[in-house]
Amino acid sequence: MVKKIYLHLIFLSFFFIKEAFAAESGGMPQLNPEFWVSQIFWLVLTFGIMYLVLSKLILPKISNNLESRKSQILENIEAAEKQREDSETKLKEYDQIILKSKTEANAMFNQAREKAVKDINAKRDVLDKQIDDEIAQAEKEIQALRDNAPDKINKIARDTSSELLQKLIGAEVNNSSISAIVDDLSKRNGDKYYGN
Amino acid sequence: MAANPMSQFDVYRIGPEIKVGAFDISFTNASLFMIISTVSILLIFNLGSKKNAILPNKIQLLAELSYTFVAKMISDTAGSKAKPYFAFIFSLFMFVLFCNMFGMIPYTFTVTSHIIVTFVLAAFIFIGVTVIGFIKHGFGYLKLFVPSGVPAILLPLIVVIEIISYLSRPISLSVRLFANMMAGHTMMKVFGGFVISLGIVGGWLPLSFSVALTGLEILVAFLQAYVFAILTCIYLNDALNLHH
Repeated sequence: MVKKIYLHLIFLSFFFIKEAFAAESGGMPQLNPEFWVSQIFWLVLTFGIMYLVLSKLILPKISNNLESRKSQILENIEAAEKQREDSETKLKEYDQIILKSKTEANAMFNQAREKAVKDINAKRDVLDKQIDDEIAQAEKEIQALRDNAPDKINKIARDTSSELLQKLIGAEVNNSSISAIVDDLSKRNGDKYYGN
Repeated sequence: MAANPMSQFDVYRIGPEIKVGAFDISFTNASLFMIISTVSILLIFNLGSKKNAILPNKIQLLAELSYTFVAKMISDTAGSKAKPYFAFIFSLFMFVLFCNMFGMIPYTFTVTSHIIVTFVLAAFIFIGVTVIGFIKHGFGYLKLFVPSGVPAILLPLIVVIEIISYLSRPISLSVRLFANMMAGHTMMKVFGGFVISLGIVGGWLPLSFSVALTGLEILVAFLQAYVFAILTCIYLNDALNLHH
């Protein structure tokens, strides 16, 4: 329905235009040559002046502006790129320094540890030797004491037995016979006490 | 304004009659709108090129976008050889665009709706392009009328057709712009007249149609300026880079 109305309107409008063309003398004002020369003159004048001003003054300025902006932006991009590269190399340097100092610290630490271990070992060796010496000496002393012990014991035993015999019997007993007996006894029991 | 839809195209004298010899070059409403268009163009582009800020303001952006738009249009259609003609095509595009757009304001006069104006522009382009073609290629420019790869038996016919199509260029170029502008404005006027004659009851339909037409006409105003400029570029391309 709406479409039909539109079509009618369009049709009517064409009809109207046709009527207008027919009604006017010559129809379209465009085809009336009265002001053609005037229009040509003013067109050439205004367009010519506009062309001259645009081409000589304004367009070179705009193109210059565009060029300079482009070059400036390119320069800025280049500078930014360079700065980025700089910062990257700086970062690399920094990393290297860190790495180097780390390895240095490690080496130092290792050295110190080795030195300490060496010192400790040397001291321990000395101490061990001292201890060994002392042990050896003590053993020697013990050995000496042990070696002397049976004689002393035998002597004590002989003395005590002669005294006992004197007290018991009341007579002097030959020392040699007592010592023979004690020696015999001690030899028999000695293994039991001082078993070597 | 009269109810006649064609009366909007009337040219009338403003001020006294000026005569040079036998020619009447009086200042008319057409002259007025030519001056308004060119002065607006010069003002806008002068303002847009005054300061060179890295971050352009609106008017500078407008000027620079128009510049790059036209520059791209020319380099796309006519190549790098057309660079010396950039200023002319830019002026042409801007002049036609501004005349068309000023014509969209009610009670104004549309300079480009007159066949004589568009024909003078088109004829100038036609003559200029032909002269450039003959300067660049000498009589070799006539090869334009002899397309390659055409059977010999068809050649006479093709050459005649090519010559006719070449000679009809200024007519088609001028009539296209003039007819589009005139038809659009007439349609708008007619529908405006319907709004009045149908009144408050039935006027809404032509009114809505008129609103839609206004949008369409603004598009047409831009498009016709673009077509006018791009056809000039194509003709220039024929003259600069002989393809046939």
